Amino acid sequence: MQIYLDNAATTKMSKTAIEAMLPYMDGIYANPSSLHLLGQQANEALFHAREKIAGLLGCDAGEITFTSGGSEADNQAIVSAARIGEKQNKKHIISTAFEHHAVLHTLERLEREGFEVTLLDVNENGVIHPRQVAEAIRPDTCLVTVMYANNEIGTVEPIAEIGQICREKGVLFHTDAVQAAGHLKIDVKEQNIDMLSLSAHKFHGPKGVGALYARKGIRLTSLMEGGAQERGKRAGTENIPGIIGLAAAFEEACENIDRNAEKTTYLRDMLIAGISEIPHSILNGDAKKRLPGNVNFCFEGIEGESLLLCLSDKGVYGSSGSACTSGSLDPSHVLLAIGRTHDIAHGSLRLTLSEENTEEEIKYTIAAVKEIVAYLRGFSPVWRDCVSGKKDFIIK
Amino acid sequence: MALYSEKVMDHFRNPRNVGVIENADGIGEVGNAKCGDIMKIYLKIDNDIITDVKFETFGCGSAIASSSMATELIKGKPVCEALALTNKAVAEALDGLPAHKLHCSVLAEEAIKAALKDYYDKNNIAYDAAIFPDCASCGHCSSENDG
Repeated sequence: MQIYLDNAATTKMSKTAIEAMLPYMDGIYANPSSLHLLGQQANEALFHAREKIAGLLGCDAGEITFTSGGSEADNQAIVSAARIGEKQNKKHIISTAFEHHAVLHTLERLEREGFEVTLLDVNENGVIHPRQVAEAIRPDTCLVTVMYANNEIGTVEPIAEIGQICREKGVLFHTDAVQAAGHLKIDVKEQNIDMLSLSAHKFHGPKGVGALYARKGIRLTSLMEGGAQERGKRAGTENIPGIIGLAAAFEEACENIDRNAEKTTYLRDMLIAGISEIPHSILNGDAKKRLPGNVNFCFEGIEGESLLLCLSDKGVYGSSGSACTSGSLDPSHVLLAIGRTHDIAHGSLRLTLSEENTEEEIKYTIAAVKEIVAYLRGFSPVWRDCVSGKKDFIIK
Repeated sequence: MALYSEKVMDHFRNPRNVGVIENADGIGEVGNAKCGDIMKIYLKIDNDIITDVKFETFGCGSAIASSSMATELIKGKPVCEALALTNKAVAEALDGLPAHKLHCSVLAEEAIKAALKDYYDKNNIAYDAAIFPDCASCGHCSSENDG
């Protein structure tokens, strides 16, 4: 028994993506910058992949830059907007407290350079209100960066409305769509998005490849010195098999987006209903405004890493926002941002589904989680204190 | 390489001496839920010998395994031997712990010392306070976030 429920970490590659990539490792392996026939064949494949991805996002091929993944795309988008901003003496950036570290750490670096960063409160349900963005924009704001969907609690942010506000106020808007791409619809024009990051391995594509969309006219800053690949904005020989895999996986995900979302949402809600039966447990993030595949709970009286290890022994593979799983002492900044206390943030469990999961797997998982939570609580001094009334339950 | 040794996983999967001793001669609780681990040790002591020991732990895999191993190492031993148990000995008996998990073995050593201190206090046995470092001295809860 092996039940993979860690799809927000990475996904299994689709057969379509693997088959699309193979010829570019085996036959057409040349460098797309080479002038000979084999090089030009690789270059042609790169051209078509770019066209395909642009078509799926609703933009032009020239607006797509391939990167090593979501983190690099986030870094490049934010640094580029900052460089544009400082030329106009605009050194204020707005984001949220629960962005991915690729965003937060880049913003921290800019703060050390003298930028001012406002992190919006994400509220208890993990969703920000567009009004918060409108109120935070100042004359010197050069960028608003808000993720499309959160990687831990799966909440979906009102990005089209935020984009609209930014457009009206003349501020650049970037969204980290790493968790959303291939799972939620994207149209960069309709949603007023200036820059968007995505990563192939979150939608059944290969690892180590992603893309940055930047609206025409937004000058990107190169993060790496080297050759003139990607119009001089991203040095290094293009990862042709990866890019081909990205395009194939993205096309497949977008073609099946409604069907996959319907199936995954059904399984998600079944899993949420089952785990909710555990006493003193709480769902993290809004129940409805969330990714089709995301389930995230906190349990009173237990710690996440031991829960994960026990689940793994039963063949269920999930993840946790516990400090012990990250090598740091602090639990997930996302759980803290939605107001969970340290004590219960350590006892979190994230299960992220894909359309390949089955009802049987979900039923098995519910039973396994119930059994393990009860087992671990059975020798938890925290649980004992709560049950005996020595300490109040944090989760009622 | 796996995060944990086979020994750690064995003690995590089949923790020894789990539970509570009613009317224990010494009880020690260390750690805090904010940091993500709490260990509680119960001792039964007869004629200076630890005749029984039980533990309860809220914590990660290595915290549970460290508690289990520590109880095994002191069960049936004289109090002075239990007092001499070091976190290093616990970690070694587990065939090592990852660097960022070594504090779990520190917690196990401290939990046992706290239970022995409680035993001394309850029985009015004189001791040198210096052998029982206070919780704040370990630095675990305030150490740098190495994210």
